Amino acid sequence: MEFFEALGSILGFEGMYVSLFQLGVVFAFAASGEWVAERAGTLNISVEAMMLAGAFGAAFGMYLINSSIVGVLAGCAAGMLVASAQANLSHRLAANQFVVGLALNVLVLGLTAYLVSVLDLGRSRAMTWRIPLLVDIPLVGSALFGRPWPAYLVYVAMPGLAWLVYRTRWGLNVRAVGENPQAADVSGIDVNAHRRQAILVCGVMAGFAGAFLLVGQVGTFTGNIVSGRGFIALAAVIFGGWTLRGTIIGCALFAFVEALAISIPVKGYKIDSFILDSAPYVVALAVMLFFAGRVRQPAALAQPFVRGLT
Amino acid sequence: MGERSDRSDRSDRNEKLASAARTAAIYAASVSVALVLAGLLVSLTGGSALEVGNALIKGSLRSPGAWGLTLTAMAPLLFVAVGAVIANRAGLVNIGQEGQLLFGAMFAAYAAVRVPGPGWLAILASLGAAAIGGGLWAGIAAVLRTWRNLPEVLTTLLLTFVAFSVMSFGLRNRWLLGDRDTTRRRHISSGEQIPLDTRLPNLHLFGNSIDLGVLIALAVAVAATAVVARTTLGARIDVLGLNPRAAQRFGVSRIRLTNGVLIASGALAGAGGAMLLLGGASGDRLSAGYSNNNGWDGLLVALLARNRVMAAIPMAFVFASLRTGSSFLASTGVDRKMTDVVQALLVLALLLPPAIEQLRRHRSRPTSAPATPAVAGLAAPTAVGGA
Repeated sequence: MEFFEALGSILGFEGMYVSLFQLGVVFAFAASGEWVAERAGTLNISVEAMMLAGAFGAAFGMYLINSSIVGVLAGCAAGMLVASAQANLSHRLAANQFVVGLALNVLVLGLTAYLVSVLDLGRSRAMTWRIPLLVDIPLVGSALFGRPWPAYLVYVAMPGLAWLVYRTRWGLNVRAVGENPQAADVSGIDVNAHRRQAILVCGVMAGFAGAFLLVGQVGTFTGNIVSGRGFIALAAVIFGGWTLRGTIIGCALFAFVEALAISIPVKGYKIDSFILDSAPYVVALAVMLFFAGRVRQPAALAQPFVRGLT
Repeated sequence: MGERSDRSDRSDRNEKLASAARTAAIYAASVSVALVLAGLLVSLTGGSALEVGNALIKGSLRSPGAWGLTLTAMAPLLFVAVGAVIANRAGLVNIGQEGQLLFGAMFAAYAAVRVPGPGWLAILASLGAAAIGGGLWAGIAAVLRTWRNLPEVLTTLLLTFVAFSVMSFGLRNRWLLGDRDTTRRRHISSGEQIPLDTRLPNLHLFGNSIDLGVLIALAVAVAATAVVARTTLGARIDVLGLNPRAAQRFGVSRIRLTNGVLIASGALAGAGGAMLLLGGASGDRLSAGYSNNNGWDGLLVALLARNRVMAAIPMAFVFASLRTGSSFLASTGVDRKMTDVVQALLVLALLLPPAIEQLRRHRSRPTSAPATPAVAGLAAPTAVGGA
């Protein structure tokens, strides 16, 4: 009985919905970018590094020029920088994509932590846009209509990405490259160029996710700001069965879990922090366990392509 | 006739020498680019690259007793790296060693303070427990892979984050890993001290105290090399990595071998955790952040070693030197995170030459395109004839 009471009080807590939407936006950008890369055949584990670079880039951009637009753009650029390293090393030089990804994760983690130790970046926050009237809706008004401005871009970016991948020639090529690179190659598509481009798209999206995490949610850059959220985004893509819609649903689910973990202690309920801390990762593992058997991954996922090797 | 073959032999040898020299030059160039980049970063942020280099060498090799510290720090890295190399050879990408190592350390700590009897028994028990702990944690990823085809790349990573939470849960509870010593002012985030007689003995050589762990780790590396190079199991692992479908045709049980290799690599990482705890490289009691990136670093060592167990030994030494050397960085005013940057740059630098070489070979190779239709043409009539 007490449990339902607690659940009711948490579900009636406005802050929970705010966290849910904010983290949902972070996950949605990172995971949808990762989804593009995976549709092209790269299991891109450096998405974590891209997010971290994005967050740092945003903090650094705002430190130089105090404008959140510059910050977000710098974040996207930083994510893209990591992406171009990943793309060229793994799909121009044919180095192992996991090795590259891991090295980049370590590099960006060390580099940002080092740079933060020598720079005082201060606080970086984006301006909040309140949509009049709608923001006063009880419970979810503030969560949906009273957010820092970059959050609203999710309504543009997600349909845009769906259009790009499902409705354009480039998107068709990308999907072909991820399913059957040999056939794509024979029909005149530059396989590795498309994979590189898909990783760059992932870099922009993940860089934005990191930038929004900083300017919209956390406010100050710390070395552990991302702390595995990139890997959860990877799990969201698997959960979504490599469809954009499913991926976004997965993001909402993982954001909900994390929002719950944030809200439970805020509302004064005591649950061992072990459960709260590990919940996002355990839930990610558990839902993959349930859903992975029912979906089909891109046939050439994580397989390098070298022309003439087959 | 003889003269001619001799000459062609010689030119062949010359060509091989030239190619080896070129490879060495590419490696040297890319490593120096990495070091120059790191130096530039230090200079740009107001430090002195020369001072940093000196401090690293002094801390890891030149100051009294430094060799012993570096070798002690090498043991866990080598354990992790051997496991990762074996997993790599089997085509598995286990990158959750940090969590597996932590689990090993937790199991080792539990056993070390609770097993009664003489010290050597407790040491053996905690080593065994550590291997079980690490193997268990990797085993979850193994089951998820073989049962649900979940990529072990992702599951091992996610499990690492869970391992951190498990650790802090264990430390908060006395019946698990928390300090049972009630006289000590209660530290929420530290475990029970490992008794003195349950630590690995040290060898004293030339003013250095060298931890026995590094000898165990070297022995394990040699044993692993032998397994990989000389046994059927090693051959099976290689076939599984090179061509899983062929492996199955040869009668290798893919599921069993995949599970076994992943669990073994986790067990080795776990044993690395025991080395950390019993060798004292990271403190004599568990605390938050105890694994201290040893799992990640060991994995990077394995990546540098590029599938050769023996190559992991010098690489582990280099990384251990950076680790011990970084404690001397404080005097230069440069944050020790700098060594993480150096390590990652080294990995990227050593990744480039083989990739460039491969690309060059691929581009310069005469196209085999005309050969393929001929083979196909030969094969087609026989197929028709057979039918």
